[in-house]
Amino acid sequence: MSVLVNKNSKIIVQGFTGSEGTFHAEQMIEYGTNIVGGVTPGKGGQEHLGKPVFNTVEEAVEKVGADTSIIFVPPAFAADAIMEAASAGIKVIITITEGIPVADMVKAANYVKDRDCRLVGPNCPGVITPEEAKVGIMPGFVFKKGNVGIVSKSGTLTYEAADQVVRQGLGITTAIGIGGDPIIGTTTKEAVELLINDPETECVVMIGEIGGQLEADAAKWYKASGSKKPVVGFIAGETAPAGRTMGHAGAIVGGSDDTAQAKKKIMREHGIHVVDSPAEIGKKVKEVMG
Amino acid sequence: MNLHEYQGKEILASFGVRIQRGLVAHNAKEAVDAAKQLTAETGTGWHVIKAQVHAGGRGKGGGVKLAKNLKEVEELAGQIIGMNLVTPQTSAEGKRVHKVLVAEDVYYPGDSETNEFYMSVLLNRGTGRNMIMYSTEGGMDIEEVAEKTPHLIFTEEIDPATGLLPFQARKIAFNLGLSGTAFKEMTKFVTNLYKAYVESDSNMFEINPVLKTSDDKIMAVDAKVSIDDNALYRRKAYAEMRDLREENPIEVEAREVGLNYVDLDGNVGCMVNGAGLAMATMDLIKMAGGEPANFLDVGGTADAKRVEEAFRIILKDPAVKAILINIFGGIVRCDRVAQGVVDAYKNMGDAINVPIIVRLQGTNAELAKEIIDNSGLAVHSAVQFQEAADKVKEVLS
Repeated sequence: MSVLVNKNSKIIVQGFTGSEGTFHAEQMIEYGTNIVGGVTPGKGGQEHLGKPVFNTVEEAVEKVGADTSIIFVPPAFAADAIMEAASAGIKVIITITEGIPVADMVKAANYVKDRDCRLVGPNCPGVITPEEAKVGIMPGFVFKKGNVGIVSKSGTLTYEAADQVVRQGLGITTAIGIGGDPIIGTTTKEAVELLINDPETECVVMIGEIGGQLEADAAKWYKASGSKKPVVGFIAGETAPAGRTMGHAGAIVGGSDDTAQAKKKIMREHGIHVVDSPAEIGKKVKEVMG
Repeated sequence: MNLHEYQGKEILASFGVRIQRGLVAHNAKEAVDAAKQLTAETGTGWHVIKAQVHAGGRGKGGGVKLAKNLKEVEELAGQIIGMNLVTPQTSAEGKRVHKVLVAEDVYYPGDSETNEFYMSVLLNRGTGRNMIMYSTEGGMDIEEVAEKTPHLIFTEEIDPATGLLPFQARKIAFNLGLSGTAFKEMTKFVTNLYKAYVESDSNMFEINPVLKTSDDKIMAVDAKVSIDDNALYRRKAYAEMRDLREENPIEVEAREVGLNYVDLDGNVGCMVNGAGLAMATMDLIKMAGGEPANFLDVGGTADAKRVEEAFRIILKDPAVKAILINIFGGIVRCDRVAQGVVDAYKNMGDAINVPIIVRLQGTNAELAKEIIDNSGLAVHSAVQFQEAADKVKEVLS
């Protein structure tokens, strides 16, 4: 088992023929991901990378049975692309695009909320289930198959964590990059919940950063769930000063309860194995898994 | 992107929000002219001279003063313009004041008591919706109100599908204890304020105080406005309001070359790909006994040109005693980055006068280490994250 994406996912790329879409679609296909086509309005009927191009997501759902989408559409049009996918019945919408206006995401998140679908991102590295499907921009070779689930707001820190886990002789069930924006579709809590409920996942790594309440919510849910699966946590940004945005629009300390220290304290109080050093994530996973 | 008070008020007024009127002045003479013009237009007798800098708590630092005649306008404007204003939100050196807002006096006596409220519009990250936060306790530090009398802070969340509804505006006015003319004024104020927030693509409005005047008008006496950077492409007029003098000059330069850089107080510079890994690297520097001198995300393409630009930016900070480069190569191959570091180092010659620690992990990491080790340059290389930390400790001692 795995979560969100697997070898049977029928994946389309929105923004397929653009430079980002093309580059990463090639990488995903090379990895063995089941890309069934793509969408670029106005280029329907063409073929790109050996796959059909459609004008609309609806058409892609009808003709090739798409159920998953990855979005590389530029920021000004990305929220519309998310809503189009949701409207067409796509079940998992993974949005890589960085820099979407917040007002657009308020609308898109509200639109998606009442529909039968899950949004991941935006501004995220995507989701990977090793040896089955890479639906994102991560380097596939870092992620070996195994029993550790990863949830993270950050791209390269996800790769770092996966690499450390793999170096301990372990592997990954699914790694979910949830994104670093103020509004994201899948929260830390929801991603942790998915992984805890996955029978193959035996341990979850939860990587957060300063700003917001997502990690605290996840920690509270975890304790209340009574799960015996260990969770290892790390929060980046202990040294970041208040009031300054650290790269991700969501990574900003607003009050005393969203600093790295405060988050780590809550996580510890709710049974999460927190490491202070980002270099010790892998070691800790090995330790708690026995 | 943060705006000055006068710019924020300009935006509010353009959406029909009543504001305390004022004119900008860059020197004492302009201030006197502004005061005269304002008296002619508004009938105000006294004037408030307000320093225009991007920092809260201006009054506490002596940046807001009441002038009771034109002579005082000239004196006070002369004092404030050019001063280094120190407030609880600035550094110890303070912020240089380049201009003041000469504003009308709105606390004139009349039939009823004046009353100050607090109001802000912002995103509730938990629900993904905008909300209006407001309080009867205006004119003071809202963090203090939240701590001492949290029951006096109210919030009203707005459904993105409908926008602010009339009953919500009424509820806010009732909760603020208003009636009659002031009640009607407040509903209009709130409605227009929310419209301004949405249509200007702002991500923060803070109006403190919102004043009920002695003749029952509701107006914004101050305005802290921040526009969503991601939306500036479609708000060109607001984008032009950016005042680069209010920003850190190194950060401005970094942005121009497409680097995401935040200046910090420490002694170890860092260059990292990805925001999360960059923060984690800063944390590791601290654990190794150093203090991070900056946050710097070089992004996805760490080639020689970008590495060189990043070096130049980091080295502008004289406090930097060492530089840690931490790149997790995924799509970017580490050997390319390593070659970039070597080329940049050679191009810059003597400009690099501090020890460099390079940690490259991911695609072709071992090959990258070989390139660094064989370059003959005074660069320490590492592959594991912990190794990099140990090397930082080593060069600092």
